[in-house]
Amino acid sequence: MSGAGHTPHPHGAHDHAGDHAAVEDVARPGYYEIMEIAVRELLVERGHIQGAEIHRQIDLLDSRTPALGAAIVARAWMDPAFKARLLADGRGVAEELGVSFYDDTGLIVLENTAEVHNLVVCTLCSCYPRPVLGLPPEWYKLKPYRARAVSEPRALLAEFGTVLPDDVEIRVSDSTSMARYLVLPRRPEGTEDFTETQLAALVTRDAMIGVVPVELPEGRPA
Amino acid sequence: MTVGTPTVFPFTSVVLATGEPVRFAPGDRVRVSDRRPVGHYRVPLYLRGKAGVVECVYEPAQLNNEEEGYGRNAGGKRHYYRIGVPMADIWPGYAGAPRDTLRIEVFESWLERIDG
Repeated sequence: MSGAGHTPHPHGAHDHAGDHAAVEDVARPGYYEIMEIAVRELLVERGHIQGAEIHRQIDLLDSRTPALGAAIVARAWMDPAFKARLLADGRGVAEELGVSFYDDTGLIVLENTAEVHNLVVCTLCSCYPRPVLGLPPEWYKLKPYRARAVSEPRALLAEFGTVLPDDVEIRVSDSTSMARYLVLPRRPEGTEDFTETQLAALVTRDAMIGVVPVELPEGRPA
Repeated sequence: MTVGTPTVFPFTSVVLATGEPVRFAPGDRVRVSDRRPVGHYRVPLYLRGKAGVVECVYEPAQLNNEEEGYGRNAGGKRHYYRIGVPMADIWPGYAGAPRDTLRIEVFESWLERIDG
C-alpha cells in the first residue's frame, strides 16, 4: 500500500506519471520555461557552460534514485555497527558507499523507533536528500504538504494511511538550510530471514520521507 | 618550552574568530527572534518568537545565508543549531499529541538565550 502510485495524497497534490495525459508538445511554454531556455542558450552561446556539462548534470541527477537510500536502510537493518555510524555521520557513511554530495548539503539520518516517528518536509521550498533519493515527488513540493506537515502532521499522515498512537512522538524535521534528512524506517516484523537485497526491495521512497511505514507485500503493518 | 615538558591541550592562548566558538550547547533553552526584516531568511515565519531547546550543533560553521543571499560575505560564519519546539507551543489548539515536536536548524544570529 506504500507504492508510489497508490498512496493517498494531500488534496491539491498531483499524482504520478501513470495518471498523466500523454505528453504532447502543443502547450505554449510557460514564463519560467522560456526564461530557463533563454538563460541556458545565452550561457552556452557565450561559452560559460557547454551542452555536455548540462547533460552531465542531468545524468548525475538521473543516477540518484530511492534505490540508493533503500540500500543504505537495508544495510543499517542488517548491521548494527553500520547503523550506529550512519546515525552519527549520515553524509560520511553515504560517501564511503560512493554517494557524492554534489550540492554541498549535509545528511542526517533520523531513526524511527517505537517511541518516535520522523517526518521530513521543507516549508520554504523543496529541500530534499537528493544525493540519496533523487528528485522529490511532486506532492512534496506543493504547499498543502508543506503547510500541513508542520501544522497537522497526524491528519496528513492519516491521509497516507499512517495512523500512529498518541504515545508515539511525531517529530517533524523542517529542512530549510544546510542539512537534509533521510528517515530510517522501522524494520518490519517477519523479515528476520530476509537478505539485504530482499530488505532493500521493501523500502520505498515514501517510507524514507516518513509518510508511510515499510510493509511486507502482503500489507501487514510494520 | 623545555624539552620534556608535557603540553597542555587545548591551547588556551589561541584567539578564535568572531562566530567561531559554539554559542549554544545541547539542552540550552533558546527563543527564535521575532524579527520581520525584508530580505532572504531561512527562518520560517511560523517559528518567530517561539521558544525551544537546542538538540545539537551542526559542524562546521557556515556562511551567513542572509548575506550570502545577496552575494556579500566577508567571512561571516556561524553555526546552525538543530532545535526542538513542542507543536502545541507553535499552534494554538494543535490537534496532535502533546509529545509531538518540530525540529529545525536555525542560524545562530536568530537565536536568543533564555536564562534560567
